[in-house]
Amino acid sequence: MISFNQVNKRYPGGHEALKHVSFDIAEGEMVFLSGHSGAGKSTLLKLIAAIERPDSGSVLVNNQNVGTLKDGALPYLRRNLGIIFQDHKLLFDRNVFDNVLLPLQICGFDHRESGKRVRAALDKVGLLKREKASPVALSGGEQQRLCIARAIVNRPSILLADEPTGNLDSEYAQEIMAIFRSFHQVGVTLLISTHDESVLQDGGVRRLTLKQGELQS
Amino acid sequence: MKQAFAQYPRVMRNVLQRMFASRLAGFFNILVIGIALSLPAGLYALLQNAQGLIAQFSGSPQISLFLNMDATTGDTDRLHKQLTQHPGVGHVEFITRAQALEQIKQSNGLTDVIGSLNRNPLPDAFIIYPEQDGAEPLETLRNELAKLPGVEHAQLDSDWAYKLEALLEFGRLAVLVLASLLSLALIAITFNTIRLQILTQRDEIEVARLIGATNGFIRRPFLYFGALQGLFGGITAWLIVTAGLLLLNHPLGTLSRLYASQFTLHPLAVSDSLSLLLFSMYLGWLGAWLSVGRHLAQTDRCR
Repeated sequence: MISFNQVNKRYPGGHEALKHVSFDIAEGEMVFLSGHSGAGKSTLLKLIAAIERPDSGSVLVNNQNVGTLKDGALPYLRRNLGIIFQDHKLLFDRNVFDNVLLPLQICGFDHRESGKRVRAALDKVGLLKREKASPVALSGGEQQRLCIARAIVNRPSILLADEPTGNLDSEYAQEIMAIFRSFHQVGVTLLISTHDESVLQDGGVRRLTLKQGELQS
Repeated sequence: MKQAFAQYPRVMRNVLQRMFASRLAGFFNILVIGIALSLPAGLYALLQNAQGLIAQFSGSPQISLFLNMDATTGDTDRLHKQLTQHPGVGHVEFITRAQALEQIKQSNGLTDVIGSLNRNPLPDAFIIYPEQDGAEPLETLRNELAKLPGVEHAQLDSDWAYKLEALLEFGRLAVLVLASLLSLALIAITFNTIRLQILTQRDEIEVARLIGATNGFIRRPFLYFGALQGLFGGITAWLIVTAGLLLLNHPLGTLSRLYASQFTLHPLAVSDSLSLLLFSMYLGWLGAWLSVGRHLAQTDRCR
């Protein structure tokens, strides 16, 4: 499903974010991506969504080399991915419902069908009763769950999460992880970056560890 | 494309909401656009009216040929034949000196004066209706006919109309220059308005692109906004021009009555009005397109 082959990424200024990274993630697999901050976790996720492009090596998603995709094809790649951003990227000028609606509007979804889907997504993350609220009025954990609802409303086959439990206490973190596990059970491929040890203790989940841009084996 | 149509009502509603939210700033923008467009449009309307006036007075062009006083019937017959065979001449009318005198007697009430003359002072004359219209071919034809034997003087009757026509041509050029400059101004106004909007919606644009929005999706609301603002500006310009012409009509009516004529300014024709609206809409659209395009290219480079 996701395949890195000898991927290098160097940022302008000379910082080498990723060095010779190679790995494969099978369809329906759930994988943790761990490492200290600055180890290249966010860069790796950005390469999958073609927010960044690799300097060398290939990044395949669904057997498609996303590093060489034309700009015009990027939107269609991203519609297949659910991305949970480290900084949430919620829109504060609209309520919870409309935040989740945005991906469906982008895909040109039928209006009535969209409403059902949005509510289903909000229900899954336990925010159904807050659909009229402004994101500002939500707690940190609720904002994170809203971000998840927006990522899954499109029913993507791949879910990328960048530090989804970043600033949450362990109780909230467990809730979030429970949500992810439920997606795993229905066959979604998940790649979750985190440096949270309590999350990583979760048994039976494969773990990729980055150290200064290199994958540890 | 199908998607664009399906989203039309939603996008349009959003755009109208946004317009209403900043209605004061929007009102002034539209006013500026309207005033800018009303200058060339108004000038154009005046020119159209002037042209109508000229057409009304000049009619079809004629060349009058006055013959020598001592021309004999044989001379005039030969000349008549020569003229009918000339390729540049469409139709010839011959007026004998006696006919001409009779006409003057009837029309001007100068019977006494004419009667007091002991001989007819008028020459025989031909009136030529040329095949071709236009200032230059007519002038060449006049010069040619003036050289024919027996012709004393050739006069182009609509000479003044052509001089005025040339002046109007100059006016039309001025309108074109003015319209081009102010169109650029209109594009600039829209460009800036949209740029400000983009800045306030930067987050939305960024998020939308990250979760799979095409450039078309990002552009659409801004393009609608630009086109709509241009359209409202065009409507404002039309109102200004129409109100201006109606206002001018009153003093002009008094003036034309003093010259014993009836002349009123006509408002912009329907086709011209539609062109004005479509053009201003297009310019607004173009300004928005340039503005969003620049922003998208800029953020692409930052990536």
